[in-house]
Amino acid sequence: MVYTMSKPKTGYQAGVKDYRLTYYTPDYVPRDTDILAAFRVTPQPGVPAEEAAAAVAAESSTGTWTTVWTDNLTDLDRYKGRCYDIEPIPGATDGQFIAYIAYPLDLFEEGSITNLLTSLVGNVFGFKALTALRLEDIRFPIALVKTYPGPPHGIVVERDKINKYGRPLLGCTIKPKLGLSAKNYGRAVYECLRGGLDFTKDDENINSQPFMRWRDRFLFVQDAINKSQAETGEIKGHYLNVTAGTCEEMIERAEYAKEIGSPIIMHDYLTGGFTANTTLSKWCRRNGMLLHIHRAMHAVIDRQRNHGIHFRVLAKCLRLSGGDHIHTGTVVGKLEGDRASTLGFVDLLREDHVERDPARGIYFTQDYASMGGVMAVASGGIHVWHMPALVDIFGDDSVLQFGGGTLGHPWGNAPGATANRVALEACVEARNAGRDLKREGGDVIREACRWSPELAVACELWKEIKFEYETVDKL
Amino acid sequence: MQTLPKRRYYETLSYLPPLSDTQIATQIQYMLTQGFIPAVEFNETSEPTAVYWTMWKLPLFSASSAQEVVQEVRACREANPRCFVRVIGFDNIRQCQSMMFIVHRPN
Repeated sequence: MVYTMSKPKTGYQAGVKDYRLTYYTPDYVPRDTDILAAFRVTPQPGVPAEEAAAAVAAESSTGTWTTVWTDNLTDLDRYKGRCYDIEPIPGATDGQFIAYIAYPLDLFEEGSITNLLTSLVGNVFGFKALTALRLEDIRFPIALVKTYPGPPHGIVVERDKINKYGRPLLGCTIKPKLGLSAKNYGRAVYECLRGGLDFTKDDENINSQPFMRWRDRFLFVQDAINKSQAETGEIKGHYLNVTAGTCEEMIERAEYAKEIGSPIIMHDYLTGGFTANTTLSKWCRRNGMLLHIHRAMHAVIDRQRNHGIHFRVLAKCLRLSGGDHIHTGTVVGKLEGDRASTLGFVDLLREDHVERDPARGIYFTQDYASMGGVMAVASGGIHVWHMPALVDIFGDDSVLQFGGGTLGHPWGNAPGATANRVALEACVEARNAGRDLKREGGDVIREACRWSPELAVACELWKEIKFEYETVDKL
Repeated sequence: MQTLPKRRYYETLSYLPPLSDTQIATQIQYMLTQGFIPAVEFNETSEPTAVYWTMWKLPLFSASSAQEVVQEVRACREANPRCFVRVIGFDNIRQCQSMMFIVHRPN
């Protein structure tokens, strides 16, 4: 063991000690087994960067504000977090900088994302010496990665189970969000699926309300799946939302979904919590059920640039805790800068090995040691004219979800679904034939309109958008 | 307003008009460019529960041109006129099936 020694030689001395004396170690070379974190730190005026960074390392690991005699009964060098690098942010006027902190593996319980986050983003975020703090990225060492369950199935197995290859999947959230009876809801599902969607989705706030109890919804939806599957000859699914008030109820709903033959269920992992999510993910692995993950509450945590947790961390945590799909945003139509960073965490969800790339917000090289990948779900505010850009940006291992873009079709759900499926397949066929969807996407859609009346009507309703996304992003 | 007619579909690219042999060759060329291994398979039915269709010979491990594969598609179609035929692609790096599209549906 090559730890720096910091054992006091003079016995116990009560009092307050500068954090940097113990927790700022610029000479430290991180070990392969360390957990590494990159924090964006905004110190209070007058607090030196080294002290603020060391305080973050201390408060997120072994430290407390004053010395205690029981410190001397432990081997601090074995357990303390260390700030090993400070990176100034060019142009920052508020003293903002990135602090890189290494935590020894021993600090964390195996297989528990809950434990890891409780340490890393616990008390330290309310710490007085800082005005703001944001966790930008975490490097999970392979030694820890191997203790997490990961996605119940992963992209490869999901494709084999649902028999869909070489194209993005198509989905749709059933609307209105609240108030449909179970049977009316099932009808909307059936019409979408028979029109050519692969999946439909419960809205996140559909759980088990008085107007539609979960068991009734599950049964009518399953009927819709069976009928559309028999009719079209394609495999269909609906994300049955099993998010519930207690883990027992969540598992009861999951068991029932399995009993009636549903291929996939859904969970809200931030409001439900990581413990519930990991429990459900392990259940899904044991029971052959795909798991779709929604991310309600993420913007509360990830939206502010200088405070909170970046979504790439929440995405990595989800992959480790377990989920086969997760929402990532759509990129199209959003601000520049989002694009590079979104594609960065989409890689962190799907690839086995991702290299450090500051231009895409990836602070650390991450290796997943063959853990399955998670499908990226692009959902919200998109329609047929966005299809070429979506196929180009997200590639095949994604689920493109058109809610209003399916249900809002003038002829109803089934023709709306067909319009999207035709647009999708036209784009995939054109891409494979070597056409550049960035430039020719609009032509590809217009050509398909000539033989698909469903698509032509959709294209008439939703006006063509411009594909202007060739500028380089800055994070 | 129109009602969407009830029809059978066959997964990827089955919502497009049937592909011509030239279009099939283009898709196979993409498969070869990606480094995937093409194969032809056929079946009497297209039930979604039929995971495996019968392989036409073996996957074309040494195919160097799309035309070679299209020839096998033609041969399979002629020998099995009452069957569905599709082309699939294997990715031996990711160790999985990576593509699949329908190239023949019997009348």
